Amino acid sequence: MAERPLQIGALALSAGITALVLGTALALAVHAKGLSLRQADWSALRFTLTQAVISTVFSCALAIPVARALMRNSFPGRKALIVAMGAPFLLPVIVAVLGLLSIYGRSGILNQTLQVLGLPTVSIYGLQGVVLAHVFFNLPLATRMLLNGWQSIPAERFRLAETLGLPSTFRQIELPMLAAVLPGAVLSIFLVCLTSFVVALTLGGGPAATTLELAIYQALRFDFDPGHAAVLAGLQFVICGLAVTIAARFVLPDGLGAGLDRAPQGPKGGAVDAAILIFAASFLLLPLAAVVIDGAPALLRLGPAVWHAALRSVLMALASAALSTAAALSLTQATAAGTRWVEAAAMLPMAASGLVLGTGLFLLTRGYLRPEDIALTVTILVNALMALPFLFRLLLPEARNLHRIYDQLAQTMGLEGIARLRWLTLPRLARPLGLGSGLAAALAMGDLGVVALFAGQNQATLPLMVQRLSGAYRMDEAAAAALLLVALSFSLFAFCDLGGRRAAA
Amino acid sequence: MLQLDHLTLAQGSFTLTANWTLTKGAKLALLGGSGAGKSTLLMGLAGFIAPQAGRILWDGVDLNPLPPAKRPISILFRDQNLFPHLTLAQNLGLAINPRLRLTDADRIRVLAVLDRLGLTGFDQRKPANLSGGQLGRAALGRVLLQARPVLLLDEPFAALGPALKAELLSLVRDLAADNGTTVIMVTHDPEDARRFADQVVLVHDGVADPPESTEAIFANPPAALKSYLGT
Repeated sequence: MAERPLQIGALALSAGITALVLGTALALAVHAKGLSLRQADWSALRFTLTQAVISTVFSCALAIPVARALMRNSFPGRKALIVAMGAPFLLPVIVAVLGLLSIYGRSGILNQTLQVLGLPTVSIYGLQGVVLAHVFFNLPLATRMLLNGWQSIPAERFRLAETLGLPSTFRQIELPMLAAVLPGAVLSIFLVCLTSFVVALTLGGGPAATTLELAIYQALRFDFDPGHAAVLAGLQFVICGLAVTIAARFVLPDGLGAGLDRAPQGPKGGAVDAAILIFAASFLLLPLAAVVIDGAPALLRLGPAVWHAALRSVLMALASAALSTAAALSLTQATAAGTRWVEAAAMLPMAASGLVLGTGLFLLTRGYLRPEDIALTVTILVNALMALPFLFRLLLPEARNLHRIYDQLAQTMGLEGIARLRWLTLPRLARPLGLGSGLAAALAMGDLGVVALFAGQNQATLPLMVQRLSGAYRMDEAAAAALLLVALSFSLFAFCDLGGRRAAA
Repeated sequence: MLQLDHLTLAQGSFTLTANWTLTKGAKLALLGGSGAGKSTLLMGLAGFIAPQAGRILWDGVDLNPLPPAKRPISILFRDQNLFPHLTLAQNLGLAINPRLRLTDADRIRVLAVLDRLGLTGFDQRKPANLSGGQLGRAALGRVLLQARPVLLLDEPFAALGPALKAELLSLVRDLAADNGTTVIMVTHDPEDARRFADQVVLVHDGVADPPESTEAIFANPPAALKSYLGT
């Protein structure tokens, strides 16, 4: 049985989250100028769905051979490569885009090489660039999800296949695993691509390559047309809601914490596997290396405005992480203790993107508060909400275990309230709490969604500063600020994650 | 006196009834096959399952409204009797104060109990660094410090070897005799019941029969016990 204050607190928090998400949706509905969509809106909708489908197909299709090659082969650096595959998840999107531009941009390495060879150059802008960036982010995520699936196959099945002399293990052993794991991976990646804003802002744009998120931003920031923004945000809300509802029918695999703990197994793939792994490693690591190489020279010459933005970002990220971690802890404890409805509320923010929530809050506060006055508060709140479903899913299995194993002992000892939190919950959950708060901090640190909507000239966070510098073609400074951003994001993650591990030891 | 007054406990579709009393200081074994309802009865007594009907009384006080921590009852579970992230001193200290705000006198009490159980010098060790027998003793230390008049044993020593199990049961018996503690022990091993208990409650077919003397019940076993023993 759940402690009463815990239950009441979690239900109040759930009600707050539901009110915030559905309240912003209601604000969008009230402010929407009818339901009619303009020609450009249909284009945005079409582009949003097209790029999401293509990005998902490429990410997942490429992840299958990469994960299989990682599964089947043991080589020096295998562990490091799997760890590096977690990096894009933490990498601020704007930084990744700068890295991709260094390789595939107009004057990037690829086009310089093509020019030297006398071949026509390629453009990174438009659909192909958006898809490229999405594959850069999601190929590693899909690979780790699938690798997790492959590692869940008992080694005995491969041995059995060998003793039976099966011509291939793929059809009998690996295909059923893929059929179980792929739908979850496809849907979660589709969802990520559906709400992509920064990639579209930097590599898309124009009538042919505008996503709904970008259209919302343009309607609010450039056209000053909240009614139209509300229509678009409402449409985005409905599409995400549909995708989340479908995704909820599948168990979304955990692709973050797994993939390291089993020895390679299955038949070896030789040269083909080697080629696949070299391609995947280059595709992932070259843009990351470019960020470091481009940014390092100007790092110490960055002006005070960038350092102020960095400090603002760190504080904002820490506040956001603290908020979402505390909320996830409260909600998972209540769910583990059997409180109803809490789980649905915790997952509700998945149906809304940061920009959609931001638009709703913009409409709700318009006339009472100036956007600049609440820019950082709203950014903290929205980032905390966006991270909540991730943290909730990460913590829930551990919270359930804790409850199952120690609840009765805690009850007989009279451990409740703060004492239970201090002497049981926090020490036992320190590791996932550290990992979760690290992820939340890194995601908030790199966010360039809602802050772009609200922030005034003097309130820029570091990602916004990177975007403004690159928009002003001050590329050296942009690269240096991007390197600072990625260093701070990874440091925040490492600080929280190591803190959790140390506390759990 | 512990009184089970027309008690009905339910877990899913399974129900268990009991209607009997037990004198203070008794050593009782709950004997029955797997799934007979022995642990259900223990969980009901400890306060983890609310009765569907009837009352549990201790010295005439109705325990039904009381949460586990407020009952005059301590329990040793099958496993996980200590928090693995806390030292033995902290684990035992929780029995004195759940916020672990201990006075010097409290700390001396903890060390004295560890000493009594042959665990001198183990106070700063964590459970992972103890043997099975030491873990059993430390868990006993926890219930000794809780100093409640009724002790429930849900087969806490089942995973230990026969010699160690016998040693710990004998220790429980001695400690309970010193403190006048009423002990109710779940077991499916008739030998444990013979060695430990003055009285036996046979649990079968959804009923916990009234207690009978151990000697008498084994001398003239009822049909349910015969069937359980396979004799």
